[in-house]
Amino acid sequence: MGLPELWFIIIAILWTGFFFLEGFDFGVGVIARWLGSDESERTQMLAAIGPVWDADEVWLVTGGIAIFAAFPAWYAALFPAAYLPLLFVIVAIIVRAVAIEYRSKRPGQKWRSRWDSAVAVASLLLAFLFGVFWAGIVHGIPLTADGRFVGQSLLSFINAYSILGGLTVLTFSLAHGATFLALKTTGPVRAMNESWARRFDVVAGALMTAFALWTYWAYSQGNVAALLIGLLAVLAMLVALIANSRVRPFVAFWAHGVAIAAFVAQMFVALYPNVLPSTLDPADSLTVQGAAASQYSLTIITVIAVVMLPIVIGYQAWSFWVFRRRITPEEAAEAYA
Amino acid sequence: MDDSLLVDLSRLQFAMTTLYHFLFVPLTLGLAPFVALMETLHWRTGKAKYRKLARLFGSLLVINFAMGIVTGIVQEFQFGMNWSVFSRFVGDVFGAPLAMEGLLAFFLESTFLGLWLFGRDRLPRGVHVACIWLFVAGTWASAYFIIVANSWMQHPVGYEIDALTGDAVLNDFAAVLFQPFAILAYLHTVLGGLLAASAFVFAVAAYHLKRRQHVEEMRWAWKSAIAMGLIAATCQVFVGDILGVVVTQVQPMKIAAGEALWETAGPCAGLAIVAIPDQQARDNIWEVDIPCLLSLVATNSLDGIVQGANPLEQQYEETYGPGEYTPNVWIAFYAFRLMMGFGLLAAAWMVVAWWRTRKGRLPKGRLFWAISIWVVIGPWLGNMFGWIFTENARQPWVVYNLLKTEDAVSDISEYFLFISLPVFFLLYGAFAIVEFILLRKYAIAGPPEDDVPMAGQPAESLPKQVV
Repeated sequence: MGLPELWFIIIAILWTGFFFLEGFDFGVGVIARWLGSDESERTQMLAAIGPVWDADEVWLVTGGIAIFAAFPAWYAALFPAAYLPLLFVIVAIIVRAVAIEYRSKRPGQKWRSRWDSAVAVASLLLAFLFGVFWAGIVHGIPLTADGRFVGQSLLSFINAYSILGGLTVLTFSLAHGATFLALKTTGPVRAMNESWARRFDVVAGALMTAFALWTYWAYSQGNVAALLIGLLAVLAMLVALIANSRVRPFVAFWAHGVAIAAFVAQMFVALYPNVLPSTLDPADSLTVQGAAASQYSLTIITVIAVVMLPIVIGYQAWSFWVFRRRITPEEAAEAYA
Repeated sequence: MDDSLLVDLSRLQFAMTTLYHFLFVPLTLGLAPFVALMETLHWRTGKAKYRKLARLFGSLLVINFAMGIVTGIVQEFQFGMNWSVFSRFVGDVFGAPLAMEGLLAFFLESTFLGLWLFGRDRLPRGVHVACIWLFVAGTWASAYFIIVANSWMQHPVGYEIDALTGDAVLNDFAAVLFQPFAILAYLHTVLGGLLAASAFVFAVAAYHLKRRQHVEEMRWAWKSAIAMGLIAATCQVFVGDILGVVVTQVQPMKIAAGEALWETAGPCAGLAIVAIPDQQARDNIWEVDIPCLLSLVATNSLDGIVQGANPLEQQYEETYGPGEYTPNVWIAFYAFRLMMGFGLLAAAWMVVAWWRTRKGRLPKGRLFWAISIWVVIGPWLGNMFGWIFTENARQPWVVYNLLKTEDAVSDISEYFLFISLPVFFLLYGAFAIVEFILLRKYAIAGPPEDDVPMAGQPAESLPKQVV
């Protein structure tokens, strides 16, 4: 295995980190507005992600940078092709971040409930769009031999498979978010999320199964590894469902981690040896080798990643440990008064 | 190239989003260490005034930081979306500094910001103070790595051009990471941030001192803002001068445009204070010179010779073929002057302010306080014009002497820009208003009054107004 393959794997890890961590933030953003019965419940739920969501989002930034750094040609072909979907993503990212920060900067039902709606819509859109984005990559886009994109920016990423990918990530995020809240809150909010986590898991598990099978049949050229990894995702969702049914959110939370890792891994296995398949002619696809940066450059970023990633994971895990306590409604109300 | 509309719109969008991003960056760079210092002083001395100031400016820092982060994320997307040829060309070189920015800086700043904001009652005091310093380290490191990338666009080093693809390939990372241009440009940026933040603290203090409220804390904030601002401005004069000499060597055309110098001059070249440049005639219609000053500032010697835009243009055409290699002199000349002018005006007013408030005096005049509040915009405008100067006067190149801006854009329909430009304009405009309202509200509200004394106290609750 050369450095390009290693970076293909590192990128999968970074995006897994993003879906695993930011996934529950997206879920919480939607659940707070949708299921929170009043402002105090919504505040309690958003307070649960308050200290961590910003650092969770850095996994996205780093996942994007890694594509740019390790596979400049992939980045250069993909981002202009996805111009319009990414424009929606950018708008949603800005709105969501600003809304989370600003909602508590002023008291008042109206001010807060408007920002809460903005958080919910943006979170929903982001979870969906990132699923569409990655499934769209696996499906491929019209690329010519010289790496030029010749499709419609929005339509080329929209097909039945990518929409299923979007819905899978969205429902996964809801299940993951509810599980996170079941772990991190107290009182009625906790009870409500314990029961909703189970319901979301049923839907997310069903969609995850459909997506895994579709990825295997349509995009994996009969690769057995893709089948096994897909089945792992399904199995992990089943474990999460059982755990949430027995009110064991901690187990469910980590089962979700396994599921989303397998979900990403299956897509990457299906992609390999391509990074961006061409729907015009498979021979025109952009490959891991063809898109990779130089050996020298890859060596440097490998050293940086090997040294820094464990440190980053270490202090981020520590921050989760610091904030391990459940958030009570009173505490949240005081913090966000 | 006939898609000049696409190039112009892409440039407009990038200029707009980058300048907007840089509304927030300097304040974060400068305010973060100020707040960290307040936290540290409070931890060591237990005096309430430090804590009140840390709370007040901490909330302002957080409001500002949120916008800085998201507008920065936009840049990462935009490189690829609008400038994919550029991205492919620089990708191999930019990979390493950007990876360091992500893994070393972004995670650090966002994780420890969360720990600092929410960890007050969950962490030992010393660890909590360390968190804000790690946040500062993250913001300063992030600025360094992105300046390394920008400096490479101004002065490419440590690379070779791949014979097959024609793209730049990194071959000496240390040269890219530690080139003098990058180090100087970084110091220049950080000092600009410190000056902006001190003018900000200065203005907030002026607001309260004018009303004789929170006098104990605000007098301290006022004095430290003046000290920080004057130290930053003094260092900036030296760093700016050294950077100017380096730019004269590596980007002679930029200095020629910035000084509206058409013909090579020197020894004892005069510096134009004002000029009416004529881009068509490639000469100045009118100018006022200070003798010998240009040689002095551009080469650090009265005998120095400074190259003019006309002979440089000729050299460029001989090397790179026919074309326009002179940037817009009008923009370069005045942006350069406005950058220095606004920075120096702010610093000059701080000297006046220091004199008028020495030994506990508080002047009664309305005008004095009004100007002191308005001083806040000086360094901001200075920073804006600095970027307008350095990016505009690099044209027509996006990567100096290697890649022209017009060749760097993505092969996309200009209709995308018709959609994205208004979207950014409206979104950024709306959030600028919200941001301004919030900053103003918190600044005017002043430090929280409900403080309990510190020092070995039981766990304190979260600050009420900080998320």
